[in-house]
Amino acid sequence: MKSTPYLLSLPALLLFAVVVVVPLVMTVALSFHDWGQYKGIEPVFILKNWREVFTDSYYGEMFARTFRIAFFVTLLAALFGAPEAYILNRMKSPWRGVFLLVILGPLLISVVARTLGWALLFGGNSGLVNKALMSTGLISSPLPFMFTEAGMVVALAHVLMPYMVLAVWAALQRLDPQIENAAVALGAGPFTVVRRIVLPQVMPGILSGSIIVFVLAASAFATPAIIGGRRLKVASTLAYDEFLNTLNWPLGAVIAVLLLVALVLIVVSASRLVERRYAQVFG
Amino acid sequence: MSKNGPLALAYHALFVGFMLAPILVVCWVAFTPEGFLSFPTDRWSLRWFYAIARYPEFVSAFWRSLGLGALSSAIAVAFSVPAALAIARYRFPGREAMTALFMSPLMIPHVVLGIAFLRFFTEIGLGGTFAGLVLAHIVIVLPFALRLTLASAVGLDRAIEHAAVSLGASEWVVLKRITLPLVLPGLVSGWALAFINSFDEVTMTVFIAAPGTETLPVRMFLYIQDNIDPLVTSVSACVIGVTVAALVVLDRAYGLEKLLVGRSGDGR
Repeated sequence: MKSTPYLLSLPALLLFAVVVVVPLVMTVALSFHDWGQYKGIEPVFILKNWREVFTDSYYGEMFARTFRIAFFVTLLAALFGAPEAYILNRMKSPWRGVFLLVILGPLLISVVARTLGWALLFGGNSGLVNKALMSTGLISSPLPFMFTEAGMVVALAHVLMPYMVLAVWAALQRLDPQIENAAVALGAGPFTVVRRIVLPQVMPGILSGSIIVFVLAASAFATPAIIGGRRLKVASTLAYDEFLNTLNWPLGAVIAVLLLVALVLIVVSASRLVERRYAQVFG
Repeated sequence: MSKNGPLALAYHALFVGFMLAPILVVCWVAFTPEGFLSFPTDRWSLRWFYAIARYPEFVSAFWRSLGLGALSSAIAVAFSVPAALAIARYRFPGREAMTALFMSPLMIPHVVLGIAFLRFFTEIGLGGTFAGLVLAHIVIVLPFALRLTLASAVGLDRAIEHAAVSLGASEWVVLKRITLPLVLPGLVSGWALAFINSFDEVTMTVFIAAPGTETLPVRMFLYIQDNIDPLVTSVSACVIGVTVAALVVLDRAYGLEKLLVGRSGDGR
């Protein structure tokens, strides 16, 4: 029957229409509503909130910070995650599985607990790393980590690293080891093999991992909130403030919609680029 | 396959250290005998684990998270089974768009979903309720449940079903005796992955949970925002312990690599 697949997916479709599509449309509508300290939310159509976000440089700086952090997190993850995936792939049987579990496992451990770990390692004078470095005399004052962008980048890179390893690992699984062997047989050194044979073939994996890491870093909430504290705001923590502290929901909705639109544009154009670049090779 | 050189192994050791250090340090501090954050070396104590029992908000948040995860994952699996069968077996107009819609909670930032749910639930009178939490969690864990049910539905050998039909089985009997048992491993692992994701979710939930309906990660997050003390490290250590146990079971039962990489998972 022609209608069977539609009937089968109808329950889930209805659920998503009501619980995903309707709330998102409502949020876009909310961003055009008026808000006042005493009158609350007024369901009218105005551009006040959008104008405020686009003209006040505070929001521009905040979005710039959000994407700057996401960029450096992606860079760190690619630089360190890709080689690790390659090393992991060359390991022998029991170790491969064990270390894959060790590196991918943190993905499923609460992000709050993982960020707490960074706060314990670097938090002010009592942080383990700072204490150790100061007692050896390498540094005289604690490394600034908490409430800094660098701290956010390192902690987020740690939180999101498994996604990069996973993406590169998946690309490595499709690689034919005979090509590497052929290159070696033809006299290529190990460095040449990695640069000329392995890297070009896993590039799509690195790029798709980068897209995932970038999106998750730009929209991360718990880690920037804990490391950044109340001073250093990114898009998601600012939206949270507007919704649960200032209670200016329309303004918070503008920030959320802008973040969503920016990320969708970045993902779509980046995926297009990757597909076009590699379509001939892997199509 | 050639072996890793000493340089590669040193890099690997550093990398694993980087990945594990923050997690291990939380568990380490949790065993401090002191009343403040410190790294115990000679004396270890369980006092902060006992202290959890004196904070009923953590205990009740834990049970709520457990119930929320179990319930929303089970409902998500129930929704995804028919959808997975439709996507795996039929080619129909709108199939790609539908799959993209079901997978969209993975791509939409959770902070945006949290805001959208907060607005929506407040309007329909579900604001701050457990029912609202369940609805929201069903949606955000459905992609995980769907991915694994889809993988097992795609891998299903239809010849077995045809054999049952030719031997006189009715459609219902085929579904009950052949199809469902064959996709069961996919359902169970889909449920487990969905459960872990629900259990750990904080970004979206922090928007829609009210003081009476906070989940454990939300309670931990709000607690850390105020101050960091040994109590929250012992709670975190418990969460890490539970997750690691679940991970090991899941890895033995299904294989973590298969679970996360997903093989022919998305049916494309």
